[in-house]
Amino acid sequence: MMQQEETYFFRIEQLTVGYQNVPVVRNVDVSLAQGEILTLIGGNGAGKSTILKSIMGQLKPLAGVVCLEENSIHEMAAAKRAQDMAVVLTDRVKGDYMTCEDVVSMGRYPYTGTLGILSPADKEKVRQTMELVGIAALADKDFSTLSDGQKQLTMLARALCQEPKLMILDEPTSYLDMRYKLELLTILQRMAREEKLMVIMSLHELELAQRVSDRIMCIKDGKVERLGTAEDIFQGNYIAELYDLRTGSYDGAECRPELPKAEGEPKVFVIAGGGSGAPVYRRLQRQGIPFATGILQKNDMDYPVAEKLAARVVCVEAFAEIDESAVQEALAVMNSCERVICAVDRFGTQNQANRRLLDGAKEKR
Amino acid sequence: MLGFMGLLGALVVLFAANLCMGSVEIPVKQVWQILRGAGGNGSLPEGGIAISEASYAIIWQIRLPRTIAAALLGGALALSGYLLQTFFQNPIAGPFVLGISSGAKLAVALTLVGILQMGLRSSSFLLIAAAFAGALFSMFFVLLFSRKVYQSAMLIVSGVMIGYICSAVTDFVVTFADDSNIVNLHNWSLGSFSGITWDNVKVIAVLVLITFICIIFLSKPIAACQLGETYAASIGVNLRLFRTALVFLASLLAAAVTAFAGPISFVGIAVPQLIRSMFRTTKPLIMIPACFLGGAVFCLFSDLIARTVFAPVELSISSVTALFGAPVVIWVMMHRRKTA
Repeated sequence: MMQQEETYFFRIEQLTVGYQNVPVVRNVDVSLAQGEILTLIGGNGAGKSTILKSIMGQLKPLAGVVCLEENSIHEMAAAKRAQDMAVVLTDRVKGDYMTCEDVVSMGRYPYTGTLGILSPADKEKVRQTMELVGIAALADKDFSTLSDGQKQLTMLARALCQEPKLMILDEPTSYLDMRYKLELLTILQRMAREEKLMVIMSLHELELAQRVSDRIMCIKDGKVERLGTAEDIFQGNYIAELYDLRTGSYDGAECRPELPKAEGEPKVFVIAGGGSGAPVYRRLQRQGIPFATGILQKNDMDYPVAEKLAARVVCVEAFAEIDESAVQEALAVMNSCERVICAVDRFGTQNQANRRLLDGAKEKR
Repeated sequence: MLGFMGLLGALVVLFAANLCMGSVEIPVKQVWQILRGAGGNGSLPEGGIAISEASYAIIWQIRLPRTIAAALLGGALALSGYLLQTFFQNPIAGPFVLGISSGAKLAVALTLVGILQMGLRSSSFLLIAAAFAGALFSMFFVLLFSRKVYQSAMLIVSGVMIGYICSAVTDFVVTFADDSNIVNLHNWSLGSFSGITWDNVKVIAVLVLITFICIIFLSKPIAACQLGETYAASIGVNLRLFRTALVFLASLLAAAVTAFAGPISFVGIAVPQLIRSMFRTTKPLIMIPACFLGGAVFCLFSDLIARTVFAPVELSISSVTALFGAPVVIWVMMHRRKTA
């Protein structure tokens, strides 16, 4: 137990954050080990940014402590804090007449003297970091002419130049295209693994949060509703609850959002299975046609999508034999439909029941 | 480097022109001899050209102090504008548009009228103190508005309004204080470098030098603020201390200028803009000296025009600086719209 406590470098205890004495989020408790990535998720206005601002010392917490290696962040001198903690925000930075390298060099601020002149060692660090982030080629480019993705990587390089132990990022991937989202998170993951960098960030891209986070903190209704591993958080229907989804649905395990299903009596029957059904289901949803589908075992990859989009799903338990009663049920449903679509292109020993459905449909014609 | 050479060259040429040109034409050669100590108390010039008492007095007592003051105060104004632009993160901020010069003007006018009424003599320090108080007073209101209005254009509008109010009150004071001494006050309230004495120059030089050094030592946090205040704070800038220092120094510089030369428009906005696009940089260690030189050049040029174009009638310096400075501001605003 003792040993485990020693590995925690950063901890937040009973932190209550807010503006002008009005609390936004109460009683946040979390500890981070070196090299750990913690992601905050939650709806707009839940208070993710408020928590991050309080951790970075920009906002005075209403109660509680934030400690890095047993030193309170809010009592540390600004210059010392800047050597331990770096920040990347969503804000777009102008940076007129600054080159990309100038911007990265800003990260050396806590280490330079009175006039802020860079030493050769500082310059070397800047060069290395740009290399690491993959923006070395942009060094002499005018910062204002860079793309949003390049700009954000530059800001990341700047933060890494501070040689922080803890990095705070407030929605760093907003505005970025997929390439830069992945590049940015890859660098963070690498720094966490190799340099034992601790990362606390907020993300709106749940699928990325699920992939990159060691732990996820869910903020809702002014408190930390859940704190756990990605596997815990993305289980079942929790994400839909966290975001109070009023329309459509969200498949946590797959991080897959779906638009609301077409309601009504099924007009089309889709013979599906093994992933062949999902594209057909989505197409029918787009056209607003209510449909039924089957026969699916519950472990079939079509099943989670069918469950969200189909008006009726004929199914059997996971890994269970498709029995006669299921076939009869499916035939009954199919007969009430106007059309049958067979999404499956091959029948093997496992889906003979579905072949019977197709035969039944052909017979009826 | 080339830019600095250019600015220094322009400074030297304009400095010389300011000494030589005026309602009384004095040849360059004579000016040079006078500066080297010839003439004055009856001593014979080495070159043999006779130098009149009048020429000597014009150079030493009028043109030299005026030219030095114009250069120093011009530099001070440009720096004040640069600090305010940093403070408000707004490229069209400056001591004049934000009403800070006008606040200083009002305080100086009130002080002068009060002193004259009591039959006392004014001193440089008293005037600077009054101007500084007035500048801070305006600054206080600008800061108050800046908390309420988030659009930078609205901030400027409120600054201009404060300026108008202060100017209006100054006009009342000057108009109704019907003392004959106040004729000078009227000229001063329009802005002019005339009537500056060596004593004034000493005070100006010391004040501007000290402030300049302080600003150099602020160059590190100024650089950090180029990425916005949140990032600046995150890399270790003590924002409260830094912002207080900026307001204090910018107001002090604007106050010094106003106390001696009255309100001078547009130098504070236009010069940092011109310097920024000329040097294509925002690095404070370059910007601070370059703005100072640029302001000096701009004011020497403007003062030369003010004195010579309609000589012996003198234009108000503000009219000239506005004529050249305002187009720069318009250009900046157009340019910003394009990039935004």
